[in-house]
This record gives sequence, structure tokens and C-alpha cells, in this order.
Amino acid sequence: MKLRRDVFQAIADPTRRTIITLVAASAMTPSAIAENFDYSRQTISKHIQILTECELLKQEQKGREIYYELNPNGMKQIADFIEPFRKMWDDRFNSLEAIMKQHQSNNT
Amino acid sequence: MDQKTKINALEGKQELTITREFDLPVELVYKAYTEAEFVAQWMGTKVIKLENRNHGCYQFETSHEGNVMFKANGTIHKIVTNQEIVRTFEMENMSIGVQLEFLNFEKVTEDKSKLTIQIIYKSEAHRAEQLKLPFAYGLNMAHDKLEEIFTN
Repeated sequence: MKLRRDVFQAIADPTRRTIITLVAASAMTPSAIAENFDYSRQTISKHIQILTECELLKQEQKGREIYYELNPNGMKQIADFIEPFRKMWDDRFNSLEAIMKQHQSNNT
Repeated sequence: MDQKTKINALEGKQELTITREFDLPVELVYKAYTEAEFVAQWMGTKVIKLENRNHGCYQFETSHEGNVMFKANGTIHKIVTNQEIVRTFEMENMSIGVQLEFLNFEKVTEDKSKLTIQIIYKSEAHRAEQLKLPFAYGLNMAHDKLEEIFTN
């Protein structure tokens, strides 16, 4: 029986968080992921395996290569999927508001 | 607490809506979107081109340490001063594809206004691509917060 790992354990490791960030931008092969690190290919494979078991990553076969990509369903276990997107816009709009208020007071 | 910025992204749809209330007159919010100098400041990007007219176009470019990290462009389909912008938006070399944006500027009071942006993607999968991006960036933050909770 496969050991069911905990998602929070999976994201506790900085290398694994970096892997998630990488594949979030685009689906990647294990060797393309490994090129971003100084660790051995085996070490990175182990991290990828843990992330896949936690359903944070999913595999997709394209021709002879296996690509890993983010699994949004698994990600929902950690936090609301929309929240970071909302936060990004909230930060932008806060900055818009601050800049335009400054502009307004400069002109009165 | 009521959030100033709200996102509405219904399951199974290929669109989403962003709404925001500003403590600013509607004219200033519109200005922030249409004057290159201000767009550059709040979006943190270089404005290569910004033609505020029907069938005009725009182009943004963001650099980090001398390298161009991000390029975006679009066509302005319709623009009505202090009221409305209908435009396309596309991040170059990204799998999100072109999106159609309806921006509505509304006056609430003399110094309060509301902005509603309806964004339509090519498919639900394209919308998911868009939502994934800041999610990854937010992940590190989420983890730091967890760590804080467990160590305190």
C-alpha cells in the first residue's frame, strides 16, 4: 500500500515549493525541472514523487516524455485557489489608489 | 471584514469578474488606466504604446535586472471617457491566450467610484492557466504563514 502523504508536509520543503513554482508557469519534464537545481537527478525525482503522491502535481504523457504540471484540484487542499489572484489585484489597486490620491493632493 | 477587491469566478465558466471600490473620483481611476505615466506606476511596467481611441492599441513591457520578463499587448475596441473600455489583453509567450476585457467605470459619489472588469477567456482551461500563476507566487507566502502559526 502506498503511503498517503500530507500536503502540508509536501510544501514544507523549499525545494518542493520551488518545483511547484516552476511547473506553475509551464508543464515540464523531470530533466528540465532538475536543470534548475544543483541536486542530483535522483533527489529531484524523489521530490517530484512526493508532490505527485500528494496530488499537487499531475503527470501527462506527451510522446515519449512525461510532463509534470500543477494539479489545481490538489492545490485546493491548501488554500482557496482564487485568493492569490485576488490578492494580486488588491495589491495593484491599492497602489493605484495611493498613486492617484498623491496626484490629487498635488493638484489641489 | 468586507474586501475592497472581489473576484467572482464561477465553476464551469470561461470568464471571471473583478470588482473594486475606490476612494477616488471616477475621473482619477479612468486617468490611472489611460495615462501612460500612471499605468507605468501602478502596474509596475514600461508603457511602450497606449492609444486611447476606438481601434487603438497598447503595449507593455516589464523588465527585471535588465532582462525583459513580461510583454503584453492588446487592442482597444471601444473607449468612452470616464465610463468604459472594451479591449483585448494578451501576455506574449504564455499559454493563457488572448482575453477580452470589459472595464466599467462607475461614479458612486463625488469622491468614490467602482470599477468592474469582466474578463472572458478562450476556455475554462485558459482561465485556470491565469489563476495558477499568482497561486504559485502566493504559495511561499502561505507556507510562511503556516510556519508562523505552528511556531507561535
